[in-house]
Amino acid sequence: MSLLETVIFAVIKMLVIVVVMFLTVAYSVYFERKISAWAQNRMGPNRVGYRGLLQPFADVFKLLVKEDIVPDAAHKPLHTLAPFIALFVAFATYAVVPFGPSINLFGYDVKLVVADVNIGILYVLALTSLGVYGITFAGWSSGSKYSLMGGIRSSAQMISYEVSMGFSIAGVLLLSESLRPIEIVNAQYGWMWNAVLQPIGFITFVVSAFAETNRLPFDLPEAEPELVGGYHTEYSSFKFAAFFLAEYANMIIASCLIVTLYLGGWQIPYIDKLGLGETLTVILQVGAFIFKVVFMLFFFIWVRWSIPRFRYDQLMNIGWKVMFPLSLVNILWVAVLIMIFNL
Amino acid sequence: MEFYDIIFYLFALITIGSAFVVVTSRNIVYAAFSLLFTFFGVAGIYVLLGADFLAIVQIMVYVGGILILLLFGVMLTNKITSVEIRTGTVHLLPAAIGIGILFGAIISVMLWTNWNISPEPIPPSTTANIGRELITNYVLIFELLGMLLLIALIGAASIARRDKE
Amino acid sequence: MLSIPIEYYLILSAFMFIVGVTGVLIRRNAIVVFMCIELMLNAANLSLVAFSSYHGNPVGQIFVFFVMTVAAAEATVGLAIIIAIFRNKLTVNVDEINIFKW
Repeated sequence: MSLLETVIFAVIKMLVIVVVMFLTVAYSVYFERKISAWAQNRMGPNRVGYRGLLQPFADVFKLLVKEDIVPDAAHKPLHTLAPFIALFVAFATYAVVPFGPSINLFGYDVKLVVADVNIGILYVLALTSLGVYGITFAGWSSGSKYSLMGGIRSSAQMISYEVSMGFSIAGVLLLSESLRPIEIVNAQYGWMWNAVLQPIGFITFVVSAFAETNRLPFDLPEAEPELVGGYHTEYSSFKFAAFFLAEYANMIIASCLIVTLYLGGWQIPYIDKLGLGETLTVILQVGAFIFKVVFMLFFFIWVRWSIPRFRYDQLMNIGWKVMFPLSLVNILWVAVLIMIFNL
Repeated sequence: MEFYDIIFYLFALITIGSAFVVVTSRNIVYAAFSLLFTFFGVAGIYVLLGADFLAIVQIMVYVGGILILLLFGVMLTNKITSVEIRTGTVHLLPAAIGIGILFGAIISVMLWTNWNISPEPIPPSTTANIGRELITNYVLIFELLGMLLLIALIGAASIARRDKE
Repeated sequence: MLSIPIEYYLILSAFMFIVGVTGVLIRRNAIVVFMCIELMLNAANLSLVAFSSYHGNPVGQIFVFFVMTVAAAEATVGLAIIIAIFRNKLTVNVDEINIFKW
């Protein structure tokens, strides 16, 4: 494949991903509101369009036409920049998530991933650590106590849980012997999913992912009773929408990562034994990936309505005294597995 | 001029320009913010040099760790409502003379040394090589650095802790 | 990638180093001094990586990795000290922290 063709395919894949992402984020808000309503025995949005299906567009439109208020005490350039950092980091991570195996399209062998980077997992970790910036800048630049406290809490939380997240990923890397997301998925052939082989690592990773995305029960940065709205207290209109979108985009990316690293990515166990056609197999596998991601999203929302919020000291205790040692135990467990079974 | 050269000059410009802002800016937040660009510029040059692993580590450690710490330092040591975070300069003349001499010395050494360069290019990905070296030839230093980090962690926590009266 | 002579990377690194030294010498705020020390470390790392690439030997990069680790340790302890000083003296200007002078 020549350079020009590579560039063209990359651009097409990027466009598809961005459009799909915006739609998915919009509909994950709808999804969350519907499931929340179901959990609380309510109706949920049902006025705009058939069963409220156009509600996300109405929400976005409402946010866009609102007045954009910047507080007097705010540091204007950073105040404007912060939501875009958050949004950029959330969307840039999708580049390395593989949502299917290679497919033969118009005579070309197309990989179903935007950028097949050989150190993709490190790239994800680096972007995660950048995510702290949007929140820290938002908290500091608003010039408000609530925002600052929310921002500092959130940064401390994200930095703490990055540690156990990194160590959980180390267990996956030991088994796959590669930092390339596609090879990590390929290493989980059949039922050799990492969630089955290393359940402790799976649990620590999922808990850390909840903390990293600031979702309940770890949503202390925006705990309403204490902090009003946390780091985005002073945001309105489009900038608030950007934070809102980034939060949901982060939730989806966390689901994608959990699926890629632990739930076998696009793999369906033993599908190659059924003797289906190549194209059909690929379509089924992409469908399996989407199904797994939607299930993880449902899990995120389910947990939100089942578990109360932790206190801040409890959160730090869990991060450093429970999750971190557990992720170390997981590495030891994986090492023993490799030694005994020569995986 | 090739594509590669243009990218090099771009990153070099970002690095030097933002490093200059770090030193001259009178507002600490701007200094911290331009330090972010310096780190990114250096990471870009690492990628150009084929050190992709180090580029990512640069972003994780410097941008995601050290700079965040510095920002916390800025935020916690200044009143949040005051935007005026001025810092002054001292002793310009002796500093200028010293820097001039140092600069001349470094540049002359760099230009007039005949660097011994191997003709073969490095392998495209160095991650595996670095990992192998770390747990074979350099394993002792690796372990020592782990101890150092632990000591730094405990030390920092005990210095910054407020004693209960 | 060898279209650029190694001297260019070295000169870039020298510039960064000098900017860092300048900052350490002329700034009063301890946090800015700290940032300038990071600039100097980065400059040194840059020349190490350049040498490593132009020699085709990854050991230089391992050295950079170690430098980064030490820089992280230094940043934590340094920041803790700065915060402790600020708590006692309510300033982080290095010329006002002169309790050993009389």
